[in-house]
Amino acid sequence: MSETRTDKYFGQALKRKEDPRFITGTGNYTDDMVLHGMVHAAMVRSPYAHAKITGINTDSVKDMPGVIRVLTGQDVQDAGLGSIPVGWLLPDLKTPAHPAIALTEANHVGDIVAVVIAETRAQAEDAAAALEVDYDALPAVATTHAALADGAPLVHDDVPGNVAFHWEIGDEAATTEAFKGAARKVHVKLRNHRLVANPIEPRASLAQFTPAGGDYLLYTTSQNPHIHRLILAAFVMSIPEHKLRVISPDVGGGFGTKIFQYQEEVIVLLASRLIGRPVKWTARRSEAFVSDAQGRDHDTEAELAVSEDGKILGFRVNTHANLGAYQTLFAPAVPTYLYGTLLNGVYKIPAIHAKVTGVMTNTVPVDAYRGAGRPEATYLIERIVDMAAHELNMDPAELRRQNFIQPDEFPYQTPVALVYDSGDYEPALDQAMQMMNYAALRDEQARMKGGKKILGVGLISFLEACGLAPSALVGQLGAQAGQWESSLVRVHPTGKVELYTGSHSHGQGHETAFPQIAADELQIPIEDIELIHGDTGRMPYGWGTYGSRSAAVGGSALKLALQKITAKMKKIAAHLLEASEDDIEHEGGVFRIKGAPDKSKTFFDIALMAHLAHNYPADLEPGLEATAFYDPKNFVYPFGTHIAVVEIDTDTGHVKLRGYGSVDDCGPLINPLIAEGQVHGGVAQGMGQALLEEAAYDEDGNLLAGTYMEYAMPRADDVPFIQHGHTVTPSPHNPLGVKGIGEAGTIASTAAVANAVMDALWHEAGIAHLDMPYTAEKVWRALKDARGSQPQAAAD
Amino acid sequence: MYPASFEYHKAESVDQALAALAENPDLKVIAGGHSLLPAMKLRLAQPPALLDIWGIQEMKGITRDGDHWVVGAMTTHADVLRSDLPLFPEVAGWVGDPMVRNRGTIGGSLAHADPSADYPAAALALGVEFVIRGPGGERTVHADDMFQGMFESAVQPGELLTHIRIPATTQASAYEKFRHPASHYAVVGVAVVRHADSSVRAAYTGAAEKAHRLNKLEDAVNGSQAVPTGLVDAGDLLGDRFASAEYRAHLVDVLAARAIERLG
Ligand SMILES: Cc1cc2nc3c(=O)[nH]c(=O)nc-3n(C[C@H](O)[C@H](O)[C@H](O)COP(=O)(O)OP(=O)(O)OC[C@H]3O[C@@H](n4cnc5c(N)ncnc54)[C@H](O)[C@@H]3O)c2cc1C
Repeated sequence: MSETRTDKYFGQALKRKEDPRFITGTGNYTDDMVLHGMVHAAMVRSPYAHAKITGINTDSVKDMPGVIRVLTGQDVQDAGLGSIPVGWLLPDLKTPAHPAIALTEANHVGDIVAVVIAETRAQAEDAAAALEVDYDALPAVATTHAALADGAPLVHDDVPGNVAFHWEIGDEAATTEAFKGAARKVHVKLRNHRLVANPIEPRASLAQFTPAGGDYLLYTTSQNPHIHRLILAAFVMSIPEHKLRVISPDVGGGFGTKIFQYQEEVIVLLASRLIGRPVKWTARRSEAFVSDAQGRDHDTEAELAVSEDGKILGFRVNTHANLGAYQTLFAPAVPTYLYGTLLNGVYKIPAIHAKVTGVMTNTVPVDAYRGAGRPEATYLIERIVDMAAHELNMDPAELRRQNFIQPDEFPYQTPVALVYDSGDYEPALDQAMQMMNYAALRDEQARMKGGKKILGVGLISFLEACGLAPSALVGQLGAQAGQWESSLVRVHPTGKVELYTGSHSHGQGHETAFPQIAADELQIPIEDIELIHGDTGRMPYGWGTYGSRSAAVGGSALKLALQKITAKMKKIAAHLLEASEDDIEHEGGVFRIKGAPDKSKTFFDIALMAHLAHNYPADLEPGLEATAFYDPKNFVYPFGTHIAVVEIDTDTGHVKLRGYGSVDDCGPLINPLIAEGQVHGGVAQGMGQALLEEAAYDEDGNLLAGTYMEYAMPRADDVPFIQHGHTVTPSPHNPLGVKGIGEAGTIASTAAVANAVMDALWHEAGIAHLDMPYTAEKVWRALKDARGSQPQAAAD
Repeated sequence: MYPASFEYHKAESVDQALAALAENPDLKVIAGGHSLLPAMKLRLAQPPALLDIWGIQEMKGITRDGDHWVVGAMTTHADVLRSDLPLFPEVAGWVGDPMVRNRGTIGGSLAHADPSADYPAAALALGVEFVIRGPGGERTVHADDMFQGMFESAVQPGELLTHIRIPATTQASAYEKFRHPASHYAVVGVAVVRHADSSVRAAYTGAAEKAHRLNKLEDAVNGSQAVPTGLVDAGDLLGDRFASAEYRAHLVDVLAARAIERLG
């Protein structure tokens, strides 16, 4: 670019501005909010996965201390409230009704059947525990297998066969043809098991209805307050949109599960309207386990066609996605458009065909969880590519290298709809291999073979599509929302600046990164800039934060708004300096006349004059603020190579993640410290799926891991030091060149760690595939069985 | 998150506590609260009234009495960890995290007799003695008689475990633990101790309804034989989603061999 700009802040590893308040306990979360006259709601949740509600004896608690009111599904119906809607419609999608409180039937353990409102939280909880509800238990289905079996009980009578949708992508005939000529067909049947997102802050909502003006205020733990307002106002509550203000204050982690509009937000709004007092609800951790939308849960059968020399020829996939008992906001999109379109990975695959069946079960709804569809796709393709390498006795890194899309082949049209606009995969692979000393690891693995400790090296090269999303494109695909973003920049008379964004930070560090962008553009100290977000009463319209979209889409909108500000400031400077606008340059923090650098005006001079408007261009509006809307032209395509190293104790089967290295390409880094932090957290979550976490249900639909005594979250000593590197391939189409980094760690690491475990087991005992999570007994048993029954693998 | 409501009482001395317990059979003793409170929050336990014994000074601290250590039941895991006791400091290091160790007590853990707790194996291997006071006065229970079933110890309602007596003359000891990935409690823990007379006592925890001695192991080692496998019968063990009984039996063998190797 012609501009000579020195980036003073962009690219610097500044410590996060928001952290002092988080680490000193002075953040302001929804549960911290106290409104005058506030009362408390406690949910009565179904203990059955599937049951008819035959009676609710509200008299059983009405005389308990503090009880104000009991709400049931009847109250929701009497109020004429709508069903919680689905935000992404596929052709012929069956969407069962999702009332805020179940009326006749509970469809998963944790489904809300009644609500107690009481003066204190403890009183509400006591009464909720005491409320008499009569159920007739119905047969339930928990897995896609059970739900699709002949004569399976129906979760909803209006979803025949429990099938919500059939969806496919790619060219079936071409894929069949590709398989015909293939020397090898690598086959796998795998399960991508279900996870609970577990943000550290449980969901919470506080609603206040003010009858005088008919105004509603909702504090809630949302990643996207505008979406919450739109759905609640227009679809569920029938409130004029301008009469509902939604505030998401500090939010302690979302990971996708705080995107969706849930039953409880409707309940507190309705309750506040009915009783005329503010109503608060905060989830207990055990409620979060049975009510936060969960993640993953695919059963997949797939086949990869490869030539004898390791060229990938075709890929076919058949996935059954467990949607749970209801479809929440993005549920139909996650296993389809966010999964099927990613099955091409970073490779030249001539033909792909994928079928996905969305299956309803009596379990907690499944929706986007960090990565949303892309980790599932990455796990599948990277697992099967590794299996191919093993079968062909090729080094997995070399097989990948051979099949990479080359830098001169972009834009690259994949067989599954996406057009990759940029990429350069080999440098990331080389850097990761060097960083982790790949060759030495292979030697060490050979030395350890047959010992009490064996080594596995998992290498994956991945890509993801994020920065959601070009609005027209997603509209065609069924999205019921735009996916652009907006920003407002407001410069005050004193030269201090407020940035407003429709993006939302719930741990991503926006309050630091967005001012870094602005400080360079405005050439002022970062201390003079504040980012404000999370309040529909203050922000311009926006679609929130998910799909790694904040920097690429929200940051781009900010950049455009900032450019409007500096353009206007040049006009004012030209007037004050009695020069033509074309002769003004914005340099060294001042606006000055080109060639006469002593004639200049500071940022403050101009900001002040914009507000005083005493000596001011006649044809210019006073004031200094600008709003911009930015709709991306394409997704952005971050990529990279991750390498995981595991050591397995063959006596116990215990898997230890010994080392981890990631090389990510998310374009230019706004703040490397934040980017690296995002990768660290992402890797921890991804390795959690591979080794520890599993939201297992029994066949009656009871969650077997509903507390931290059973549900294994990764802890500090489970996660090794993570080595991090990056390459920089800018996005060709957004003004900052940035791509997303929020989900990359999770998308990549599950596959990398899984491949590492399977690499160890393949080299040791010729075991081709086991499903995650690799718990100790599973690994021990597999080794024992394989060593007992099979000849040792030919590899090495 | 929210326990059912309860009354709260407090005792400053053992006598005061015993009198309160005698008077009100509904009273449930709370020490560090790190087993009792989680159960109350899940409403698995709903005691109508608690007697807080945290303030009883005479039940805290570690002293030497000839060839025994005397440990107050209200000594925290953290204080045990920093002490010169045999084996227990190593075991305390495996209990929970710093917050749990700063509040949870050795007596609370042993009286509670959680089948997955760490200390019971060490108590059996060391052959400790439990000093228990109740309405009928003081009695001493040997470790071999202390653990009676799942969450069932020799401490009866109305009684307090006040002290633990630990032999101070042991030669060597080791504890090997395989943690549950979620709770970090013991899936299996094996403790071995070589005593003053060179005999070895061994015990395991986590795998069965309560901690048990490892007689087969003791017999072999004391008879100068190699460590055998098949130390326990899977049929006597518990199994769950994470670890079947068969796997736990295998882990007992593996951990026992490692612990014996560490004894040297
Ligand atoms: C997150 C977490 C992780 C943990 N991890 C482990 C682990 O890895 N390994 C492990 O072994 N334990 C673990 N624990 C349990 C911990 O060790 C508890 O502290 C201990 O089991 C109970 O001691 P307490 O003082 O907290 O007893 P409390 O919880 O107060 O009481 C437990 C029971 O014992 C009774 N009791 C207590 N003291 C006496 C007494 N002096 N006389 C008579 N009865 C008494 C009480 O009435 C109650 O029934 C963990 C706990 C938590 C919360």
